[in-house]
Amino acid sequence: MQSFSDSLREALTLVLEFDGALREIIVLSLQVSLSAVLIGALIGMPLGAWLAVTKSRMRGVLIALTSTLMGLPPVVVGLVVYLLLSNAGALGPLQLLYTPTAMIIAQSILVTPILIALTRETLTGLNDEYEDQLSLLGVGTAGRLTTLLWEGRHGLLTAFLAGFGRAIAEVGAVIIVGGNINHVTRVMTTAIALETSKGNLALALGLGIVLVGIALIVNTLVLTLGASVRARSTASSMS
Amino acid sequence: MHDLHLSRAGRELLSVKELQLGLPDMPACCTVIVGPNGAGKSVLVRTLCNLLKPDNGCVEWAGQRPDKTRRHRVGLMLQKPVLLRRSAQANLTYALRQCGHTRRESSRISLIALEQAGLTQIARVQAHRLSGGEQQRLVLARALLLNPDILFLDEPTANVDAASTLVIEQQLRTAVTAGLNVVLISHDQGQVKRMADRVLLMHQGRILEHTNRQTFFNNPSHPLTQRWINGELLV
Repeated sequence: MQSFSDSLREALTLVLEFDGALREIIVLSLQVSLSAVLIGALIGMPLGAWLAVTKSRMRGVLIALTSTLMGLPPVVVGLVVYLLLSNAGALGPLQLLYTPTAMIIAQSILVTPILIALTRETLTGLNDEYEDQLSLLGVGTAGRLTTLLWEGRHGLLTAFLAGFGRAIAEVGAVIIVGGNINHVTRVMTTAIALETSKGNLALALGLGIVLVGIALIVNTLVLTLGASVRARSTASSMS
Repeated sequence: MHDLHLSRAGRELLSVKELQLGLPDMPACCTVIVGPNGAGKSVLVRTLCNLLKPDNGCVEWAGQRPDKTRRHRVGLMLQKPVLLRRSAQANLTYALRQCGHTRRESSRISLIALEQAGLTQIARVQAHRLSGGEQQRLVLARALLLNPDILFLDEPTANVDAASTLVIEQQLRTAVTAGLNVVLISHDQGQVKRMADRVLLMHQGRILEHTNRQTFFNNPSHPLTQRWINGELLV
């Protein structure tokens, strides 16, 4: 077993040299997580916008449901997706188990409720502000949703990044449905778990450094954009 | 509107037997609604705009029930400017596009409207970066460019300086002369004297006085009107 300082030195070397194995895992991680968040955004943002404008009696129930789904344990999501995609499952014939697509499906399920909730929260205030004006212009529900999504684009980008942060750091679901197969479904989080158990701390630490770096970049972007959105709303309310 | 009643949480907000604004056989005029806070002025305007549904009674636009297709025939301007987070011109083109104008038409008409409002130089500036006065002038330009049949304004100059108030009042007066009926809520007695052709005093959800400006100020029929004219605080 290597000492921590040796592992760290080797890990930094791997990161700085952008080692081939490391690069392959990072690229797959980014592909899977970005795809999952994009799918989550395509489903979650219109739904969140609809929840922000609807007067339906079901609104309260749907909001409670979304909040509950936000706390879904990833391993449970992984298990459900596994059952659906396994040969005996409803989607078994598609042969998607242990593929990046299966991992994208699992991560999409995890991030969609987050995107719904954050979109609803962002757009509810905007809808309160614009509701009367849009009604008087005769803007229908579809036009209203499009307008609110565009007007809230800066806040929604923050929501998108928050969803990405959740997806890239996820391990429980992707290890169940992806299987952590080398060169096929191995992503940063599952690779860290595997390499640590094998005692290959250098690669695990290298991936950990990259993961923390990505998390740091995403959080910095979230904070910067959040501050920018707050500054815009303050300017808007003061003028 | 006829026999209109509106209550929320057991409190009666509005009770109006009959009110007609902008009769077709009469020249366009500016009606100013006055009264203390909570008198029902904003509730009345929002009900007339079909933004609030009364418990009883009905609102008619030119003898017909309000419908979505004619909503843009009614303009509304609030105390706090409501503008999209886009450029000044984009705010106008958005409104025009919603009313069926093509992109090219919208661009052309919006530039003319900005020029008429004296806002050409801020066409590409983000709306939320404009001063309060400029924002209200932009909102007024947007309301006017849709050629509404009637324009409601809820204390539009409450938060702007004298210069902007003057510009807004001039534009409103020009619009009235051109045939637009204007209904303005105001707490400013000076503005009532400058702007009103007719004055409507509300108190506790009811219309106490609705008459022309001369009669309102010189020969009011309700004791509360006289107290308002004398500058007493109505509560």
